[in-house]
Amino acid sequence: MSVVKRVSLIFKAKANKQLDRLEDPRETLDYSYQRQLEMLTQVRRGVADVATSRKRVELQMNTLQQQQNKLDGQARSALGAGREDLAREALTRKSALQTQLTDLQTQYQTLQADEEKLTAASQRLQSKVEAFRTQKETIKATYTAAEAQTRIGEAVTGISEEMGDVGMAVQRAQDKTAQMQARAGAIDELMASGALDDVTSQPNDDIQRELDSMGASHDVDRELARLKGELDQGEAPREIEGSASGAGGTTGNGQAGRAADQPQAGEGS
Amino acid sequence: MIVRILGEGQLDVDDSLTSELNELDARLEAAVNAGDEATFRPVLTEMLARVRAAGTPVPADSLEASEVILPYSDASMDDVRGLLTEDGLIPG
Repeated sequence: MSVVKRVSLIFKAKANKQLDRLEDPRETLDYSYQRQLEMLTQVRRGVADVATSRKRVELQMNTLQQQQNKLDGQARSALGAGREDLAREALTRKSALQTQLTDLQTQYQTLQADEEKLTAASQRLQSKVEAFRTQKETIKATYTAAEAQTRIGEAVTGISEEMGDVGMAVQRAQDKTAQMQARAGAIDELMASGALDDVTSQPNDDIQRELDSMGASHDVDRELARLKGELDQGEAPREIEGSASGAGGTTGNGQAGRAADQPQAGEGS
Repeated sequence: MIVRILGEGQLDVDDSLTSELNELDARLEAAVNAGDEATFRPVLTEMLARVRAAGTPVPADSLEASEVILPYSDASMDDVRGLLTEDGLIPG
């Protein structure tokens, strides 16, 4: 087995180096155990880092999702108001956000998978470290240095392979997390710099401004229609008719004036 | 025999799988040596799939060393080359 045998030989060579390091093989047990505890800390930190990164991506996804929902709502309002051009613009921006969102979703899934793998690796290592500790105490209590050598060799080789594996897994997860954090940071910066404002719906973006102003004139129309309706039911319709058209004149708003003349049309829109 | 898939843990695999794994391993090595990504990826994927399907997980508290160690599933050819040198990817 060429590739795979060579890989396992290198793992064994690394373990042997560790065994040769100390004069008394029993000291190797303690030394190895210390390193195992350090590795456990390291892998747990790795899990926490990946989780933090995943949560950050999740927050960004939520933000983009909210912006998409808002654009969707704007498209609906615009269409309801007969402004297909605005609706189209809102939907175009919505679809531009989708690219970012899809990218974040992929990142999220990768981070989630990494987190699961690393958590499992951490649990495996934990079990092995516990087994090693038990064996270490037995070996130290039962055997002389010379007798213990073989058993120490087996225990250290086995756990050192696990340590090597976990160590690489942590390293890979950290590398990937760093890359993703850089990308997440770039999106955060884009959001902060306002470069995404063109495609995201800020409270005072142009689509919203147009909808607001349309909404405002509709509100005026509705209000006028309501007043007119109230006054029509009142006792002096003529005076009221006069004051309503006067109101239309003072606002200088053509739409409002029309609405005063045609209350039903104003209400319907 | 005990087989480790890096990043996934150890599996106990029946020795009858050895010849098939040897054959896949030879193809993997040829692909790595030739820098042939198009062959490398499917061969690695197949190797891991065969071991996962045929193996039973080794108890987590076992301290037994593996006879064979397979690269992690998303390893690149460069990663595999790194696994083959003492100063490469394997820490320690």
